[in-house]
Amino acid sequence: MMRTEKMRRRSLLTRLAAGVAALPLAGCDRLSQTEWFTRLLGSAESVDEAVQGTIAGRWAMAPEFTEADLSPQFKSNGTQNPQDPAYQQLAQNGFADWRLAVTGLVEHPASLSLSDLRALPSRTQITRHDCVEGWSCIGKWKGARLSSLLDQVKPKPEAKYLVFYCADVMEQSLEGEVKYYESMGLADAYHPQTILAYEMNDTVLPIPYGAPLRLRNERQLGYKMAKYIMRIDLVDNFASVAGGKGGYWEDRGYAWYGGI
Amino acid sequence: MKSAAWHWIYRHSLPVRAGHWINVICLTILLMSGLQIFNAHPALYWGGASQFTNPILEIGTQADAAGQPHGVVSLMGHIFDTTGVLGLSTDQGQQVARGFPAWATLPSPQWLAMGRTWHFFFAWLLVLNGAVYLLYGAFAGHLRRDLLTSGRDLRHIGRSLWEHLRLHFPRGKEAERYNVLQKLAYLGVIFVILPVLILAGLAMSPRLDAGFPWLPALFGGRQSARTVHFICAFALVLFTLVHVVMVLLSGVWNNLRSMITGYYVIRDEADHDAH
Repeated sequence: MMRTEKMRRRSLLTRLAAGVAALPLAGCDRLSQTEWFTRLLGSAESVDEAVQGTIAGRWAMAPEFTEADLSPQFKSNGTQNPQDPAYQQLAQNGFADWRLAVTGLVEHPASLSLSDLRALPSRTQITRHDCVEGWSCIGKWKGARLSSLLDQVKPKPEAKYLVFYCADVMEQSLEGEVKYYESMGLADAYHPQTILAYEMNDTVLPIPYGAPLRLRNERQLGYKMAKYIMRIDLVDNFASVAGGKGGYWEDRGYAWYGGI
Repeated sequence: MKSAAWHWIYRHSLPVRAGHWINVICLTILLMSGLQIFNAHPALYWGGASQFTNPILEIGTQADAAGQPHGVVSLMGHIFDTTGVLGLSTDQGQQVARGFPAWATLPSPQWLAMGRTWHFFFAWLLVLNGAVYLLYGAFAGHLRRDLLTSGRDLRHIGRSLWEHLRLHFPRGKEAERYNVLQKLAYLGVIFVILPVLILAGLAMSPRLDAGFPWLPALFGGRQSARTVHFICAFALVLFTLVHVVMVLLSGVWNNLRSMITGYYVIRDEADHDAH
C-alpha cells in the first residue's frame, strides 16, 4: 500500500519534472509560429550578409579543387526528373528546341539556344557544392559566364536582381502548379565563378543535375543554384515573384542570403 | 568550534553573472537548434566532401528480420540499436524516423528553416556575450585573478583530482578561489572548445570559405569542420553535465546564490576541522 503510494507519487513527480522541462521547448515552438518573433530572429540574416560580404570581399573566389577530389557519388537533390510534359518533350530531342528567355529590366531581351550559350565565353571550375542539409559534394562544371550574357542583354540601371524560372514542378497549389524559382543579386551575377552550366564532369549536364542549364553560384548554398532554367527575369524587387521573398524555399522560411 | 563558523565573500561580479546566464540560454538554444539542423542530414564525414558510403557517424532506421523498424547509430562501422532515442523515437504518440528525438530539437518538429533561423540569431548573441566577457575579463582582471593557472596550481593537480574523486571539496581559505581543476575546465571551455567550435561553424559557410580558404583547410575540409563542430558541441554538453553535478555536490544553494546575487558562503577552517 505504502509502496504503491510512493511509486504513484514518484511517477507523478517524474511527469511533473518532464512537463516543466518541456515547457520552454513548447514556448519556443509557439514563438516559432509567430510573425513578430520569426522576423526578430530573421533580422540576423541581413547582419550575416553585410558582415560576410564585408570581411570576405565581393570578388573572393570559392576554393577550387582538382580532378582527384571529384565526388564519386554526387547527390542529386530536389527534383530528379521534371515530369512537366513540355519539359519531357524538350528532353526527348536533346533540348534542341529549348530556349533560354531573358526578360524584364534589360535593354535587349533575348532568347538563346544551347549553342548560343556555348558560343559565349565559358569557364570550367571544380568546386564544392554545399547543401543546406549539411552535406557537400565536389563536381566539375562548365558553363557560360553569366557576366557575358549580361553584357549582351544590358541590364537597365534600375535592375537589382535576376529571377530564375525553372521547369520543375514542386507542388500543386490552388492557383495551379508551383514551379521552382530562385533569385540572385546583380553583383553576384558578375562574379567570375557565376556560370550557367551546361556540362558536369566533362559530359552534357545530366537531367538529375538540372539539364539543360543550371546556375552555379559557388559562394552560396545549393538551393540558390536553380536547375532546369527556362527564363531569367531582371527585376528591381520581388513583389511580383510568388510569395515575395525571392525564391521557392525563401517563401517557405529559408533565408534569401544563402552564404551561411 | 569558533562562534563565527562562516563568512560571506563576493564571488561573482555582475558582468560574470549576467554573462553566465546569457550563456545558459544561448548554449541551450544553440544545442537544440543545432540538433534540428543535424537531423536534416544525420551523418558526419571527414574531408572536404561527403563520402556517403563511408560516414564517421550515421543515425538512421533499419528493419530487422521481422520487418520491425529500429533506430540505429553507426559509429565508425559499429552498429548500435538506439530505438526510442536516436533514429526512431516517439513524438506525440507517433513513432517517427528522425536523428535526434523531438524533445531534443528546436523546434521540436522537423523544420530545418526554423532551426537555422534560431541557430544563426543566437550564435550572434553567444559571440557578443563572449566578446563582452573577454573584454571585461581582461580589463577588470577577472581572467588573471581568477582563472590564470600558476605552476603551483598545476603541481596540485594530482591531489585536487584525488580530492574531487572522493567528493571532498575545498573549504575555508581554499574555497575562496577556484581550484586547479575548475580553472583548467573553464580555461579549456573559454579558450579551446568555444573558439574551435565557432571557427568550425564559420568554416561551414561557403561565403566565408571563399574569403578565407584557410578556414576549411584548418579542419581538413568543410565536412571535417562540420564533424569538429558537432564534437565540440558534445564536449560542451559533457562539460555542462560535470559542471552541474559539481554544483549539486558542492552545495547547490550556495553555488546558485553566488551565481545570482554574487555572494558565496565560506565555511571557516575551524568548522572544517570539526568534521
